[in-house]
Amino acid sequence: MSQNVVVIGGGPAGIEASRKLRDLGYTPILIEKEPVLGGHLARWDRLFPDGVEARAVLRPMLEDLDGIKYFTDTEIASINRLKDTWVVKLSNGLSAQVRAILLTTGFDLFKAEKKEEYGYGIYERVITNAELEDWFKSGAAPQFDKVHTIGFVHCVGSRDEKAGNRQCSKVCCVTAVKQACEFKEKYPDLTVYCFYMDLRMFGRKYEDLYLKAQKEHGVRFVRGRVSEVSEDIDGHLFVKAEDTLFGKPLKIKMDMLVLMCGMAPAASTPALARMMSLSAGEDGFFLPQSLVSSPCTSSREGVFFAGSATGPKTIPETLGEAANAALAIDRYLKTPEKA
Amino acid sequence: MIDFGYGLTPSATLRIENVKNPRFMELHALEPDVVKCIACGSCAASCSAGCFTEMNLRRVILSLQRGREKETLPMLRHCMLCGKCQLVCPRGINTRHLILSIGKVYGLDKKEEVQP
Amino acid sequence: MIYQGKQKIWSEYQKEIPTDDWFYVRSCIRQSFFPASEKMFLEILRNRLGKNVYETPSHTTCGGIAYHSEAIPQETMMTIIARQFALMTEAGYENYVCSCITSFGLYTEVMEDWREFPELEAKIRENLWKATKREFKIPKYLAHASDLIYKFRNEIAEQAKFRLVNKATGEPLRVVEHIGCHYSKMFPSKGVGGAEYPYVLAGMVESWGGEVVDYPERRHCCGFGFRQYLVRANRGYSVSNTHKKFESMEPFKPDMIITNCPGCPYFLDRWQYVIAEQTGKTYGENGYGIPVFTYEEVAGLVLGYDPWDLGLQTHQVAVEPLLDKMGIPYHPEDKYKGLNGKELQRPEFPMNIKCC
Repeated sequence: MSQNVVVIGGGPAGIEASRKLRDLGYTPILIEKEPVLGGHLARWDRLFPDGVEARAVLRPMLEDLDGIKYFTDTEIASINRLKDTWVVKLSNGLSAQVRAILLTTGFDLFKAEKKEEYGYGIYERVITNAELEDWFKSGAAPQFDKVHTIGFVHCVGSRDEKAGNRQCSKVCCVTAVKQACEFKEKYPDLTVYCFYMDLRMFGRKYEDLYLKAQKEHGVRFVRGRVSEVSEDIDGHLFVKAEDTLFGKPLKIKMDMLVLMCGMAPAASTPALARMMSLSAGEDGFFLPQSLVSSPCTSSREGVFFAGSATGPKTIPETLGEAANAALAIDRYLKTPEKA
Repeated sequence: MIDFGYGLTPSATLRIENVKNPRFMELHALEPDVVKCIACGSCAASCSAGCFTEMNLRRVILSLQRGREKETLPMLRHCMLCGKCQLVCPRGINTRHLILSIGKVYGLDKKEEVQP
Repeated sequence: MIYQGKQKIWSEYQKEIPTDDWFYVRSCIRQSFFPASEKMFLEILRNRLGKNVYETPSHTTCGGIAYHSEAIPQETMMTIIARQFALMTEAGYENYVCSCITSFGLYTEVMEDWREFPELEAKIRENLWKATKREFKIPKYLAHASDLIYKFRNEIAEQAKFRLVNKATGEPLRVVEHIGCHYSKMFPSKGVGGAEYPYVLAGMVESWGGEVVDYPERRHCCGFGFRQYLVRANRGYSVSNTHKKFESMEPFKPDMIITNCPGCPYFLDRWQYVIAEQTGKTYGENGYGIPVFTYEEVAGLVLGYDPWDLGLQTHQVAVEPLLDKMGIPYHPEDKYKGLNGKELQRPEFPMNIKCC
């Protein structure tokens, strides 16, 4: 009988860690609150930097779940410490007593209606990056007519004291550039603007993507944050920003605006932190033991992290941390129990 | 017409969607790398003429893209084509060729004085 | 426009407003520009709704104009406000309502300052004692007069004789609502509806049958400010702000503008004359301009008071076309008559904007 390990969160981190734990000989119990596994990755169309399809990354993971006990549409009812084990009670009535728990609860997308001045939820032509991915994936015809000019607003809900999120969400800049290129590939006659504060092109091939957007697609980059959006009498949008490099305020009439919503800490974090006496940082994400050398261990014995539960991450970083966490759990479970 | 002692102030806001930029398109055809500029300012920082005059290549490129070339073209007259900007441009733009192309497309090589 | 999105935001910015027992302070300049507005406010609350609104003849200005024009320092202004609060305490009230938007912004700012810097509050208490031997308590609730009218808008709608509807076509009137900057831009949580989509005037318009117009420069300042119009040469900046608003609302063809600040209706009204004389352009129908009202005037109109008792003859932009649209009866010959039918002289009419 192999040992059970509870993995909370069925996104790419949880699934990958479960596979690695199963390969090491454990029985992962994977718990996911949504009806399907896959986390946010299941929603995306194509991934940066090469445009590989998200489902091509997810499918082999989802086809390799033998030996993993997973429960969807299930939440955590309670977690209690009993000597040196954790007793986990699920919302479906089942419970498990394990020595190790892995938290892969991920992130929540920032709710764009909180930025009232952008008019999300009020003006129809303002959409979020997630909705744009939905649309790209569906391959449907454009939902708006007469679209000549579109804009991307970087840093919506990130680097923003007023929105309650001071952190940078890392991946939105490269996602915006990727989506801008995808738009131009579909509709070459569109004029596309990207309104940024700083362009974070940190990963391999991201700078090439930026260059491609400028040179091949003619995407126009304006350094200046969008301050307000308003609607014209025929439903088109007026976007106000400052061209900080040129030093003049701009007002552009647009036909669609995409808000790059950032990564906010998962809503379940405070409750889980309370149940297991874990600490979260000022930014709301879980705090691992060390952000540099042990990003997967927590301050509590037997509790581990992987993925964006501890801060915004890209997919390769998430998969790497999942393997890291699996090895850490393996080492922890092989050390003899304290007398 | 009554003289109130004050008048309406014109707006400083740029309305870019109203800007038709055929000359910039011409420039783009002559020097396609002009759109690679990321406005980092390396050119302006190393510019020989920039120490003593208002010459600033970064500003010139931006103003052309916004259709406000009248404000910045006169400063190009100070350029000595020394090539220091080309040595430092991180995007590898041939800035000397760009400056000469701007002169050609926007009519700077004519003898008339451009009003500052 | 997705209306439910706005409703969601409005529901997040609800403000607690008590229903009775108010201490009322007037506005310095509203008495001159809009003579009947404050009288109408008291008339509606006392006689139509039976509420207790108390005002004392000893109250003064809040010091807002002087403070914002840098004529008096902050400490002086805070001591003046402390004295106002002392009058309220002595009269036995704890709900404070003010008529002017700048006052409202100033009281909110002072109360926040005292909350954050208790030593400042202690100093002002000492100042007031030394100057007047008065003591004060901070009001429990602070509201603006438009908050009260907003709270009782449905009661007013029940008693209303007229609605904000075009009598001829049956269509609701298209109303532009303009909120004073000091109401919610400084402290969004203290204004009904927040800073981006304030609801205090929109709620009134909707209860009384009108339709609110949302246009791109909805939240732009009217340009009143203080320093920018006190000096004549700076007024170009002020009038340009109003000009920007009018250019933006023109395609939406509004029938009227409702405001809740003393300065905004004054400027939105008078600047239409200046713009017409300087550029020849008017913004209403048939060269009349768009009439601008305070919320008390609109409340008075729907309740059926005589327009000339509401002080509408002092408006620059003619209100008669709107009164005709709403079907409100009035006597044009009484417009320039004073008390007891005394004939006051007719003003000279401007060249480019039609007046009655």
